[in-house]
Amino acid sequence: MIEVKNLTKYYGGFPAVIELDFSVAKGEILGFLGPNGAGKTTVMKILTGFMPPSSGTASIAGYDVVSESLSARKHIGYLPETVPLYTDMTVEDYLGFMGTIRGMNKPHIQKRMPEVIDVCRLGEYQSTHIGKLSKGYRQRVGIAQAIIHEPDVLVLDEPTIGIDPIQVVETRQLIKDLGGEHTLIISTHILPEVSMICERVIIIHEGQIVAEDKPQNLAERLQNVQTIELEIKGPPKDVLTMLRGIKGIGDVSKSGDLQNGISSYLTESRRGSDVRQELASSVVNSGWGLLKMEPRSMTLEEIFLKLTTVEEME
Amino acid sequence: MADLNRISSTNTIKVWLTYPLVFLQLIAYSGPLRNTLAIAWKEIKSYFSSPMAYVVAAFFVTWCAIWFVRGTIDTTFPEATIRGFLYFFLTWWIIILISSVLTMRLFAEEAKMGTLELLLTAPVKDYEIVIGKFLSTLVMMLATLAFTLYFVLLLFWFGDPDPGPIFSGYLGIILLWSSILAIGLFASSLTDNQIVSFVVTTAIAGFFFIIDVAAGRLTGVTADVLTRASLLGHIDDFGRGVIDVSNLVYYISVTVLFLFLTVISLEMRRWR
Repeated sequence: MIEVKNLTKYYGGFPAVIELDFSVAKGEILGFLGPNGAGKTTVMKILTGFMPPSSGTASIAGYDVVSESLSARKHIGYLPETVPLYTDMTVEDYLGFMGTIRGMNKPHIQKRMPEVIDVCRLGEYQSTHIGKLSKGYRQRVGIAQAIIHEPDVLVLDEPTIGIDPIQVVETRQLIKDLGGEHTLIISTHILPEVSMICERVIIIHEGQIVAEDKPQNLAERLQNVQTIELEIKGPPKDVLTMLRGIKGIGDVSKSGDLQNGISSYLTESRRGSDVRQELASSVVNSGWGLLKMEPRSMTLEEIFLKLTTVEEME
Repeated sequence: MADLNRISSTNTIKVWLTYPLVFLQLIAYSGPLRNTLAIAWKEIKSYFSSPMAYVVAAFFVTWCAIWFVRGTIDTTFPEATIRGFLYFFLTWWIIILISSVLTMRLFAEEAKMGTLELLLTAPVKDYEIVIGKFLSTLVMMLATLAFTLYFVLLLFWFGDPDPGPIFSGYLGIILLWSSILAIGLFASSLTDNQIVSFVVTTAIAGFFFIIDVAAGRLTGVTADVLTRASLLGHIDDFGRGVIDVSNLVYYISVTVLFLFLTVISLEMRRWR
């Protein structure tokens, strides 16, 4: 449904997106993950035909976003990062206008309006002026305008930003429900959101794809770094020195002090080599007490941090 | 042979009958005008839902009322024309101010609110957006001007005016005003700040006014060129009841030029 090849975009001399390649199948929900300024919004603006790429191509439903822009735009519903609303219009008027300029005729709009109002749970507010709505409701109106014309592709840029937690949960559920009917691309910098909503995730950093997989696979793949959580009774300084001396252990840090001279530590080691046995005997041989040793699986949040910080170091 | 002729002739008739019908349907239902009208209608509703349009119209009508009394009745040689309130320098400056106010929000506000992104990513051509918005300002202009017809009514009631110059006078004002509105639309497309848009409109339109004043102090070719380039250099004929094709062409050209520049300016936004 969406094909992106060698997509590059320069702002002046600054490369915002560099040779991006990806495709999204029909009905798939793709998460676009990356810190602010990674190039997520740029990709979305290119996909929606707001601006052309510097080089490379992108197509929506088989239509090139530059040469067949109008046809491509017909297949897209777009929610930009700042929800674009006409605050002096009522919800119904606004949705009607958006439907009209996206090529719907009046009977079609009249048929579709109650469905959209229902899906986005805007029931009581359909004749309220948008200016009077709370942020969460505005977000729903934003989503409603993106789906009113039943587009094949939905592009949502940071759909849960700036709304309160309860509404975030509702909005996520709403987005999840939209998958299947629509092909979705969602950008976010909130990690739990990706694993909750998306079937596939692309991590983008400084305009380049640094990882692409299912959220679960990504977590597994990145577990070649094994974190082990330890609780050891002993003098922290010596413990740290000893831990750093063990072969196969990379980074060591003290994560906290517990009572009775017990401190907790985090060690990192390569996934292939199991260092637990050596760790245990070293601690015991030093005459300290080993009170806890637990391998930790990485959360997506850590993967994300890892990926992006590694990139920065290069 | 005869049959063949008849068939072809009935076909021709059919084509001639259906062609305009299809054409009308195309106009009514197909993309271009539909989108344009949708955008125009949205803007018109927006104008009427805010107090600004009413304030502007009231201001203009009050202004005309004052000069109707001062220039048409309360004067040594009263004459039954619209020159007293519509055809003089100060009114045209007021029209610039009003146009600046009417047009400043059209693109600047959309750019600021982010809704421009919505318009530019909808399956709508850039020129449809521009023409739609321009149409809405034309409607506002005509609505405002319609109020001044009351004074014309008074002229006919109490005097014996020549309808010719009144008709051509209104045509001239509409053309001049359209040009200024097109300038305003262009200025609004340049920025996301309404104040900047206001100032730029006033500056550009004011420049095209002032060169006429400059022309008055000069002689020869320069004066001639400046007068012809000036927005005011073409208006007096209309006031006298003369509809000169060159004047029509001038105002329509200025309007089309600035609408075209507005479309270019929107395109440029995409490349920024």
